[in-house]
Amino acid sequence: MTRMHITTCLNGEEIDFLCEPHQSLLHVLRDELKLTGTKEGCGTGDCGACSVILDGRLVNSCLTLAAEVQGRSVETVEGVAGPVSQAGTVGLHPIQQKLLEHAALQCGVCTPGIVMAVKALLDREPDPSEREVRYWLAGNLCRCTGYDKIVRAVLDAAAELRNLPEERQPA
Amino acid sequence: MGEEDGERKFRFVGTRPIRHDGVDKVTGRAQFGADYSLPGMLWGRVLRSPHAHARIVRIDTRAAMAIPGVKAAATSADLPEIEPGPGPANLAHLSRNVLAREKVLYHGHAVAAIAATSEAVAERALLAIEVEYEPLPVVLDLDDAMAPGAAILHEDLKTRGGKDAGPTNVAAITEYDRGDVDAGLAEADVTVRRSYRTQTVHQGYIEPHAALAQTGVDGQSVLWCCTQGAFTVRAYCAALLGLDVSQLKVIPTEIGGGFGGKTTVYQEPLAILLARKAGRPVKMVMNREEVFRATGPGAATHTEIELGARQDGTITAARVRMCFEAGGFPGSPAGAAAMTVLAPYEIPNYAIESLDVVCNKPRTAAYRGPGAPQAAFAIESALDELAEKLSIDPIDLRLRCAAKQGTRTPYGPTFKRIGLIETLEAARDSSHYKAPLGPDQGRGIAVGFWFNAGLNSSAEVHLNEDGTAIVATGNPDLSGSRASLAIMAAEELGIEVHRVRPVVADTDSVGFTDLSGGSRVTFATGQAVIDACRQVVRELRQRAAKIWDCDPDQVDFVDGRCVPAKGSGLSEEPLALAEVARQAGRTGGPINGQAQLTARGAGPSFATHLCDVEVDPETGRIEVLRYTAVQDAGRAIHPGYVEGQMQGGAAQGMGWALNEELVFDTQGVLQNPGFLDYRMPVASDLPMIETVVVEVPNPNHPYGVRGVGETPIVPPLAAVANAVRRAAGVCITRLPISPPRLLAALHDESGGDS
Amino acid sequence: MTCLVEIPTALRALCEGELQVQVPVGNVRSIVRALDERFPGFREQLGQSFAVAIDGELIHDPWLEPVPAGTELHFLPVIAGGQETQVSVNAAYAAPEDVEAAVALLAEAGSQGRVLAGGTDLIVQMRTGQCSPQLLVDVKRIPALGVCELGTEVLRLGAALSSAVLREQPEVRRVFPGLVEAAELIGSEQVQGRASLGGNLCNGSPAADTVPALIVADATCIVAGPTGMREVPVAAFCTGPGETVLGTGELLVELRVPRPPARTSDAYLRFTPRSEMDIAVAGAAARLELGDDGRCRGARVAIGAVAPTALLVPEAAEALVGSDLGEDALEAAAAAVRAASRPIDDVRAPAAFRTHLVGVLSKRVVRIAASRAAGEPG
Repeated sequence: MTRMHITTCLNGEEIDFLCEPHQSLLHVLRDELKLTGTKEGCGTGDCGACSVILDGRLVNSCLTLAAEVQGRSVETVEGVAGPVSQAGTVGLHPIQQKLLEHAALQCGVCTPGIVMAVKALLDREPDPSEREVRYWLAGNLCRCTGYDKIVRAVLDAAAELRNLPEERQPA
Repeated sequence: MGEEDGERKFRFVGTRPIRHDGVDKVTGRAQFGADYSLPGMLWGRVLRSPHAHARIVRIDTRAAMAIPGVKAAATSADLPEIEPGPGPANLAHLSRNVLAREKVLYHGHAVAAIAATSEAVAERALLAIEVEYEPLPVVLDLDDAMAPGAAILHEDLKTRGGKDAGPTNVAAITEYDRGDVDAGLAEADVTVRRSYRTQTVHQGYIEPHAALAQTGVDGQSVLWCCTQGAFTVRAYCAALLGLDVSQLKVIPTEIGGGFGGKTTVYQEPLAILLARKAGRPVKMVMNREEVFRATGPGAATHTEIELGARQDGTITAARVRMCFEAGGFPGSPAGAAAMTVLAPYEIPNYAIESLDVVCNKPRTAAYRGPGAPQAAFAIESALDELAEKLSIDPIDLRLRCAAKQGTRTPYGPTFKRIGLIETLEAARDSSHYKAPLGPDQGRGIAVGFWFNAGLNSSAEVHLNEDGTAIVATGNPDLSGSRASLAIMAAEELGIEVHRVRPVVADTDSVGFTDLSGGSRVTFATGQAVIDACRQVVRELRQRAAKIWDCDPDQVDFVDGRCVPAKGSGLSEEPLALAEVARQAGRTGGPINGQAQLTARGAGPSFATHLCDVEVDPETGRIEVLRYTAVQDAGRAIHPGYVEGQMQGGAAQGMGWALNEELVFDTQGVLQNPGFLDYRMPVASDLPMIETVVVEVPNPNHPYGVRGVGETPIVPPLAAVANAVRRAAGVCITRLPISPPRLLAALHDESGGDS
Repeated sequence: MTCLVEIPTALRALCEGELQVQVPVGNVRSIVRALDERFPGFREQLGQSFAVAIDGELIHDPWLEPVPAGTELHFLPVIAGGQETQVSVNAAYAAPEDVEAAVALLAEAGSQGRVLAGGTDLIVQMRTGQCSPQLLVDVKRIPALGVCELGTEVLRLGAALSSAVLREQPEVRRVFPGLVEAAELIGSEQVQGRASLGGNLCNGSPAADTVPALIVADATCIVAGPTGMREVPVAAFCTGPGETVLGTGELLVELRVPRPPARTSDAYLRFTPRSEMDIAVAGAAARLELGDDGRCRGARVAIGAVAPTALLVPEAAEALVGSDLGEDALEAAAAAVRAASRPIDDVRAPAAFRTHLVGVLSKRVVRIAASRAAGEPG
């Protein structure tokens, strides 16, 4: 079977990989590129654990073929945080920081998908209502938290991002 | 409350530090079950039964083995035959669940396994396995299983606790009684008699089961898997494969939710077996459909209740008969349900009977407070109806008969200090309970109880040379237990929480520890951590005494420093823990603590939940408007994660009440094996979930900890049902209260049991 | 003019032992056809997925790659995984950049080819084994399938346009609120980023949310095929569950929705047990035109998830036209809708419940459409 040679921009870096035509982006990320931060909960687009951002749009990587990302731009959870600073503090994105501060994760397996979904939301809508957050996150199943703390963390992260001066906004 | 801690002021307990594994989990670095791979790894897949009930005549894997890339095949013939025997974990049944032997007992039952160079090749090989079945009549549910002349699943099954000689599908009967129920009912001014049903539900963890096994030519195996208990997996795998426990090392990965569903084994022994046969590592990851078809579920139930009370609200008698669907093998939580159903109340006359019944559905597994939610749904619904008939506020009615210190439980023991009354009072006094309701809206309340478990735990505390510490335990961290254990260690050692590094150790690296379940980790393993830390502190005092050249009794340990004891006459400057640690090499060597215990005296945890709903009378759709969970946590070590447990349990319970059910067709084939049609709550289905943490300390824990993880799923089923009943004016006797069911009940006021 | 083809080892026996063959230039497809004529079975042996090297340059997915005169062409049938790699799903993937190329690919692949737009249904079907196409034609790189253009007469929507993009057009939402709200209901945000109106229609699900909305909007499908373009009303596009009028090689290119008359608006409502992430148990769309007297001047009512396809219910419209949209007229319309529905019992809902619901929804949706037509806020 022929493998396809795909070139894409992954977390800001030009990369290439070989894939089979029917292979999902999720499988290539996890099994070929060893980026296992993106999780598989269902493989049918119903849980959102595999959420990634493709050319600025939130998508399920299990419902995207790897072949489709030729020449496009993919963001995964591994690309959200910055490096550890010299002071030793982790360069977490405010979304990640707020999820931690609000104890908004328990088992943590849905968390990478939530991080990506929230990032896509806040990139679009800096001041979402609780209702907007809940509907936006409807495609991200969480079985541990009952969503309460996640929603609070998102609203808090949004407020924090709105108040950050221009130069400190995450990339 | 333990000895010196009566009025103890805590420095770290009750604070909300960021969990130690948090950064890994928000950045994608945390490695869950499916995230591990090894060079040269094969992929294992399982062939599953297309029949819900059939005899296996023949299995032939030769054609599958002939496919290029196929490296190993396994059937039950590769497992040592374990004869059926008694015991809570019947290994003969477990073995037959892992790979069917004489019969398949549910659709999706594992029949054979293949290891191949890719998942696709393995999938193709499954199709080449020849299995000859002799189909048998399908026993779909409780009614089928107990009907006269029903097909029998296990020819050798006798009713444990029963008189019937068998063969039967009733695996066990649990009974508790006291007083004279008929006399009690005769004394009553008002009675309620109802029959309640709940459907099969799934734990619904987001991470499918995953295992990776490696075996050396010396027969030593390593298994990585997502489990609630690495030692449990080790014990089961060793027993099922006929290995010495010492031949197997189990490394627990991060676990993406368990809720009781990852307390047993499915493909873990198969991965080891295939790795042994193929001589290469084997990875097995279930897909979501397999998770739904072949793992978990929580039991469907049928409960009949009769309650009597006098006009003043005194409950005179209760009769309860429960039947639990165990699935293909005995072992539903019918017994636990019998123990919990009346535990929150003082009732002078009662008779409880609970049956464990097999049928052709997947073998049930533990699900968060196993048996208690179904039991509470029945009793709390009946109590609510009773309150209405008596025109008594439902919280008041419960307060009148609430169990308290000294109440004897139906299952025997007498309660020590418990917090049921406190949760009821907190619910009654909440702003939620007083808020007005609009048209088509209703408010429900319900109480929940769970024993909480103790069991065996080990812990090791290693003091590092710079005064930081490692806390190693054997409990996979389901929901923040690293944080709670580290907080307790910090409290004992007097060092900052983030100077403690909590480690989930593998089975080679820490002493035996029972699984993370029964809401036991913070209570029991926490106690082991505290004990180990106290050993370290004793050692620190001795080392300080050496440095100061005095008697250890002249040294106290306060806030992380060795100080001269009051009245010791010493005038030495305090020695910080880090300083003593630095000098360990010259004062007697490394400073470590190690503790192991069988924790006793787990404190039962009670909860009272309030739920407001609005019903759309034209469509039967229910919206949850407001929800408050009140629970006695004993002592909240990390309040954020205590609240999180309460909210998560409430959400799961709401799903159970509203829409979740596994739907089987007449041949026993699951019709909704995916998240699209197994409708768990999504973010837009729920309101914020308010929490009130009540702290009535458990006298058997140094800090007063009770377990908190399971109780929160117990009340919501009835809290929602009671709210719907009050909003819609129809009695809810069947879950889930899905829109078609509620609409049918609205159209036919005779009740929801349609 | 010819080029030189190196015959791969595996195919040499078939090619009468030839190592190299001269064939007329063209593209890879024409060369494969020529070889298949000369050596019958060549194409089948080669399989659907292969790469080529043209003068040493490796080209994946080369079906339409030009092969100029004098070049040397190598077929590379299997290059990954050694002899053990034999997978059951082995679809090839192509991403043509114009409609003609897509149609040619689809015509070539016949029943083995499938159009990949958002993929939110197709990839699930592939994963769960409901279909295993040999060729996936990704149409998202064809500019014509991504248009979203509101003209003075008509709204043109490319078949591969995602719901997420459609939602971001405020003017389209103002004119067609019902259509946009239907598109918005499909799946999660993640699915919205991919799912297309064309895919929703071509998937042929009786429960597709946008189909009743498109029907009441009187939308027309523009279909390209091997013999040219044709138009099909949306109401006639689906012929049964999973079935449409599309023939071999045909591609849905665009949906054309006429601008509604003055004092006209639309709405769509569906019922699902959960608030999101669910498939419609019943759905209803309405477009209402009001006269100057406030009475109903024109109406279209369509229903979904209660019959093998979404249905236009003219009897419901008749019950509304001329009325003051009072309770009697609405109840008559609901009765017509219930009479028209032929639902099934399944795991998602019992049939009787669906029939009841579609009546409730039709009344509610007519009220919403009417208030929008009257220019009332909300």
